[in-house]
Amino acid sequence: QQLLCGENEVYDYDLIVIGGGSGGLACSKVRASQITLSKPTLPPDLHLSSLGGTCVNVGCIPKKLMHQTALLGTSIQDARKFGWELPEETVKHNWETMKSAVNNYIGSLNWGYRVALRDKNVNYINSYAEFIESHKIKATNKRGKETFHTAAKFILATGERPRYLSIPGDKEYCITSDDLFSLPHCPGKTLVIGASYVALECGGFLAGLGLDVTVMVRSILLRGFDQEMANRAGKHMEEHGVKFLRKYVPVKVEELEAGTPGRLKVTAKSTEGDETIEGEYNTVLIAVGRDACTGKIGLDQAGVKVNPKNGKIPVNDEEQTNVPHIYAIGDILEGKWELTPVAIQAGKLLARRLYAGASLKCDYVNVPTTVFTPLEYGACGLSEEKAMELYGQDNLEVYHSLFWPLEFTVPNRDNNKCYSKIICNKLDNDRVIGFHYLGPNAGEVTQGYGVAMKCGLTKEQLDNTIGIHPTCAEVRLITDQLQSWCSLANAKRPARCWAVSTTPTCGRRALILPSWSLFLTV
Amino acid sequence: MAALCRIEWHGIWFVTGTFDYDLVVIGGGSGGLACSKEAAQLGQKVAVLDYVEPSVKGTKWGIGGTCVNVGCIPKKLMHQAALLGTALKDAQKYEQWRPAVQNHVRSLNWGHRVQLQDKEVKYLNVKGSLLDEHTVKGLTRTGKETMLTAKNIVIATGGRPKYPTHIPGAVEHGITSDDIFWLKESPDVALECAGFLTGIGLETTVMVRSIPLRGFDQQMAGLVTDYMEAYGTKFSWRSVPKSVDKLSSGVLQVTWTDEQTGKDQRDTFDSVLWAVGRAPETKTLGLEKVGVKLNKESGKILVAADESTSVPNIYAFGDIGEGRPELTPTAIKAGKLLARRLAGRTNELMNYDNVATTVFTPLEYGCVGLSEEEAESRHGKDSIEVYHAFYKPLEFTVAERDASQCYIKVVCKRGGDQRILGLHFTGPNAGEVTQGFAMGFQCGATLTHLKETVGIHPTCAEELTKVNVSKRSGLDATVTGC
Repeated sequence: QQLLCGENEVYDYDLIVIGGGSGGLACSKVRASQITLSKPTLPPDLHLSSLGGTCVNVGCIPKKLMHQTALLGTSIQDARKFGWELPEETVKHNWETMKSAVNNYIGSLNWGYRVALRDKNVNYINSYAEFIESHKIKATNKRGKETFHTAAKFILATGERPRYLSIPGDKEYCITSDDLFSLPHCPGKTLVIGASYVALECGGFLAGLGLDVTVMVRSILLRGFDQEMANRAGKHMEEHGVKFLRKYVPVKVEELEAGTPGRLKVTAKSTEGDETIEGEYNTVLIAVGRDACTGKIGLDQAGVKVNPKNGKIPVNDEEQTNVPHIYAIGDILEGKWELTPVAIQAGKLLARRLYAGASLKCDYVNVPTTVFTPLEYGACGLSEEKAMELYGQDNLEVYHSLFWPLEFTVPNRDNNKCYSKIICNKLDNDRVIGFHYLGPNAGEVTQGYGVAMKCGLTKEQLDNTIGIHPTCAEVRLITDQLQSWCSLANAKRPARCWAVSTTPTCGRRALILPSWSLFLTV
Repeated sequence: MAALCRIEWHGIWFVTGTFDYDLVVIGGGSGGLACSKEAAQLGQKVAVLDYVEPSVKGTKWGIGGTCVNVGCIPKKLMHQAALLGTALKDAQKYEQWRPAVQNHVRSLNWGHRVQLQDKEVKYLNVKGSLLDEHTVKGLTRTGKETMLTAKNIVIATGGRPKYPTHIPGAVEHGITSDDIFWLKESPDVALECAGFLTGIGLETTVMVRSIPLRGFDQQMAGLVTDYMEAYGTKFSWRSVPKSVDKLSSGVLQVTWTDEQTGKDQRDTFDSVLWAVGRAPETKTLGLEKVGVKLNKESGKILVAADESTSVPNIYAFGDIGEGRPELTPTAIKAGKLLARRLAGRTNELMNYDNVATTVFTPLEYGCVGLSEEEAESRHGKDSIEVYHAFYKPLEFTVAERDASQCYIKVVCKRGGDQRILGLHFTGPNAGEVTQGFAMGFQCGATLTHLKETVGIHPTCAEELTKVNVSKRSGLDATVTGC
């Protein structure tokens, strides 16, 4: 029980934030007079102070930079078609150059965060934190030195780390995303195990750099995402040289030859029978999910309830755990998005509620997101499956189209591969409850739609918005075309217009003229 | 003879009360095609007349109008070529990509022809003009005449680049955007289109009389031109061209007045490109005869909210309508709605407000709503709050590119939830970024909505959801960290 007065006399700090990642830093910066503890990351020698968490060091930032590297490779091919004269030999990629450049940039971000915290009078401690009582933690640094701190309130923002497979050879020979972005040597022929967005994004850009990539998938791609979109994104990867081994699970990894990279042998078993296969790779990247870092921070000592199955922490809509003075944000939350901007938003708003008298809660609905596969996939709202489950197929209207970005026309690539759809709720004024876009710059396209959906975008408002021309984002103009098509077909208007339009509009006409789909946007 | 024919034709529709067509559309561009196809789909009998008067230099093209042939499409493709060059920092061969771009344009021409046929819209490659309120005369290139009668007539003839005819040598030696996309030889140097020309390695100078991007937010226009200058395009500000002479070497000598010093300057160029505005094609349409009223200054047709002109069954829309935005998507939408209204299917009028647009300069600029100046003038400086941020696209970091002009500005109404009056963005993929926000704008988005929307990370667009420094506060608006 806290004393009603003299709170600050009882404790060392008003607030201790455990975790210096996206969430932890966001709430630290709002409020001064507190400390942030950051667990030293492994391996510790690579980043002097890897402040910034997963996103900055081994997530979003290096991922997007390497994705960009791969896209530039495609641009080089396109450039020839636009008249740029390049030497006839294939342009090659140097892994070490890219890795150094990316790591240098990350280092500058780490430094920037240190300065920002200092400016805001936040005490940063680079130590591993553990609760020993509900208001007291023990902080152990790299050298084993222990210090003790107490605070009135705590915010847990410890994030997650990649999960391993629990098969022989996984920890000894395989790498995860924690290792990939600072790997000193080129990974070479790579097997990616997993079908998460981490697996597909990493597999995607590695293939884009010219490496031989295989992705081993146990069942479905991008679990939790709209499956039609996930499969289209996967199909694009396949068409661009990524090999997929569907319905297999690895059973062991053996080292054939040590080296940088070495040679590894992977044995895998089919999920549908007794068949086993073997393959040889230079690198095996495990991307089967991430586990919350809540196991070793003494939460039992503090009395914080944790879901034993996944280590995640259930919170109420104010991010409060079952212990009133302990809060949690970010990837460790039960049932919430594992995204940097969500963690940042939650962290800021929480700090404001705690110390600035604000009352605004974090809105976890209609959070836009993007998967940076070679053909990017942006989404906001419900998947088609989830929408059908919640509202019933008859109450939904799905408008969709294939399209061909203008920039792809001259190089003549990926015709009719880009795709977008919106899902509307007929019972609620045709409100847009799902937006999905597969195409270039998906993040840039999707962001604004996120704002519009927050405003309660309806189909009518979407139709009333004039497109910017020529862009990919204007593709939703297609919905006009589809509406008229439905009436032309003279059939009873189907609940899902797409069955009518796909074959005649895109398919047939695409046969006559590759540029036809461009028409659909004009 | 012609007069006799006219009276005869007059007589025929007057007597029978029937027309050859329900709708005749004069102009086969973005607007005209959208309108005619929509009308045909609704069961109307439609004819579309399209005719391209060759440019002064003799350039001509097929159906599709400005956008497809000498506007948006080739422009964006060449802009893309230049952007790829930035990715490569290499020399280019104009002769290589020009055919690629032109092939694409030709395929679009062909596609439009086939679509019209599919929808049973009669297409006539003739120059249309009005004889009376229900009769259109079509003239082929060889002078052969056709007559069509129609219940309703729609004029969607668009505009053409203006030549400054008062400047000696301007017409003989200069080219316009009509020509640049179709030249056989590389225009080694040209004014305007300077961005992509610089991008493909040509030495380019832009001569500006007073301000760049008139009508746009001037702070943003300044960022755009600053970037172009840093990128290698030369600017000659406050300069008024006086004459263009061809020298014996074939090179063009341009003389201009520097308005600041009052002195005359002179320099030589391989090409001179005029981009001083577009004028509507109304002179040869026979409008005055029929009684369609024009704006004397601009030459554009005066139209009401439903696109009607001063003559009851004659309509006009697209670039040719007075006070309308000169944009393809606006023309398409207006054309479709007009067709639906004429077929009696709707009463819905076109909403011209809040049209988003993007300028595809090397640093692209996307915007929707009011400029800061317009917001100030309409609401008063004290009633608006302007939030802004200088950000750095992630892709520029490793590539070590200068991002000084990458900027975001959100102009809001002060107080309450702070309704957004205008949104401005300079940076890569500005069109893609702006489109979704335009939709939010349409839904009445406020600053609160913006801030409550979670960003997508890492993108440039997410910076718009993170704006929080106001101009009024005077604080540093540079985004730090990730």
